[in-house]
Amino acid sequence: MVAYLLRRLVALGVVLFCVVSATFFLIRLSPGGPFDAERKLPPAIEKQLLAKYKLDGSLWQQYSGYLGDLVRGDLRLSTKYRNRSVNEILAQTLPVTLTLGAAAFLVATLAGVWLGTFAATHHGHAGDTGAMLAALLAISLPSFVIGPLAILIFALWLGWLPVGGWGGLSHLILPAIVLAAPYVATIARLMRGSMLETLNQDFVRTARAKGLRENVVLYRHALRLAILPVISYLGPLAANLLTGSIVVETIFNIPGAGGFFVNSILNRDGFLLGGVIIVYCALLVVLNLVVDLAYTVLDRRIQLDG
Amino acid sequence: MDNPAPLTPLQRLGRKPVALACTAILAALALVAVFAPLFFPAAYAAPSPLQYAPPSWAHPFGTDLNGRDLLLRVLMGTRVSLIVGICGAVVSLVIGTAYGLVSGYTGGRIDSAMMRLVDILYSIPRLIFILVLINAFNRNLQNFAAAHDWQTLVDYSSIVILVFSLGIIEWLTMARIVRGQVLALKSRQFVTAARALGQSHLKILLRHLLPNLLGVIIIYLTLTIPAVIIDESFLSFLGLGIQAPHASLGSLLSDGAAAINPLRNLWWTIVFPSAVMALTLLALNFLGDALRDALDPRR
Repeated sequence: MVAYLLRRLVALGVVLFCVVSATFFLIRLSPGGPFDAERKLPPAIEKQLLAKYKLDGSLWQQYSGYLGDLVRGDLRLSTKYRNRSVNEILAQTLPVTLTLGAAAFLVATLAGVWLGTFAATHHGHAGDTGAMLAALLAISLPSFVIGPLAILIFALWLGWLPVGGWGGLSHLILPAIVLAAPYVATIARLMRGSMLETLNQDFVRTARAKGLRENVVLYRHALRLAILPVISYLGPLAANLLTGSIVVETIFNIPGAGGFFVNSILNRDGFLLGGVIIVYCALLVVLNLVVDLAYTVLDRRIQLDG
Repeated sequence: MDNPAPLTPLQRLGRKPVALACTAILAALALVAVFAPLFFPAAYAAPSPLQYAPPSWAHPFGTDLNGRDLLLRVLMGTRVSLIVGICGAVVSLVIGTAYGLVSGYTGGRIDSAMMRLVDILYSIPRLIFILVLINAFNRNLQNFAAAHDWQTLVDYSSIVILVFSLGIIEWLTMARIVRGQVLALKSRQFVTAARALGQSHLKILLRHLLPNLLGVIIIYLTLTIPAVIIDESFLSFLGLGIQAPHASLGSLLSDGAAAINPLRNLWWTIVFPSAVMALTLLALNFLGDALRDALDPRR
């Protein structure tokens, strides 16, 4: 177990190093610098600017300097939002993105597991067909289709919820549901398949034969085994939610990190872009490790040796 | 399963009304998107003072911010989305099939290393990297094309880059599926026989394994097209994909979402692009599911 954990941590470090390097070179090698405006800057000023933002020196010097700063936890200055550091910007926006992501994560897993179990227990009946049809609908319709339609219906016509922005719980409901919808469907499908398989196994029959209530059989006994495919999907789910939240933040005008990410590409704001990517990837790699560990806790049959 | 003579996949597909309906819808959409714009008056594509006119007989879908006919915009957008979706899916098919074939056929350590890479890529926000990549290469390609006087490539460089980048994103599932199939196939006797006859690895891969994989590949091609269309619209929605004056369903939706305001309800700018997009994606996904059932009756 300890050896496995160590090996995973080393692998985690390698992945992060590759991500950082790939990001750095992609940004530095794309044509056009952050200070290319319509009007050419005087050489002296440009030189000073480059020095301030540590963009002078050879590519190798810049790269090693950046790596050094990263190790110290310094994501450097934004070249667009002058005098604000990337750390500051992320400290303000990341909590918003993470709140939205966590809410959507909860919605997706809880609703997905429940819906999948429901479909499996109603196998072959109208409830199953209906749930799976709804799932196919939700998978096929991306957030930028559902989102504006949801605003149109629930905010503009019915007036139940705010059009957008960020504040109380009411601002969280629509974005979280829109962000979670396709993944509710994906999890429901996974859950239905594995639950159908599990319900045919001997231990479930034994549990029923003992006279346990159906809910106990389902949620205490069968769920523990049937949920494993869902657990292994949680890693990709987190990645999809982080990517998806960029669009949802744009639709609902939520001041999260996603908007800054898009703008940093348009503005060639290299360090901000790099910062967002690195933080996102670090989050995901750690989450994946947690998911894998959770998997082994839930399923003792699995030996960790990867 | 009391049918004595097993049906061919095509026959099974023919018995599914959903699959036939989806094929008909897709064919109709593609035909309309390709040919209908030819019959529109030229003025409909140009900006006019008729800003945000609601749907009427002259403009069934209304008009947009610049007074252009929204029906024509939606048709042009569908055209672009379909082209990008199909081409991107083909690119991903080539990459994914090659990767899966090599990984499954080689086996052993190389196989597990290759699949580990796929696992890692699955859990990284690939679209985010692709965004950076597109931005970096688009300018390079434009400079390159301008230097060679290829005006068409300058105009369409963003679409070309988009197609390739989206193909690079969506090959993972295909690689996994193909590898699984190859693992199952390579221990079968016809492969052993081919090897005993002294055929080269390349020949076994292309002549013996690939034809057996065609069914699976076609299914996942139908399921990859909607995925690529969604990715493209995602990028266009953020203003990083198809650039104006070109339109795709994603950029139209983005325009619609940007026009949302509490004072005036411009529902047609959202409802019509959404409806066409939903119809396309649903038809493709239903068709893919039906194909999967038809080729693999066990599921």
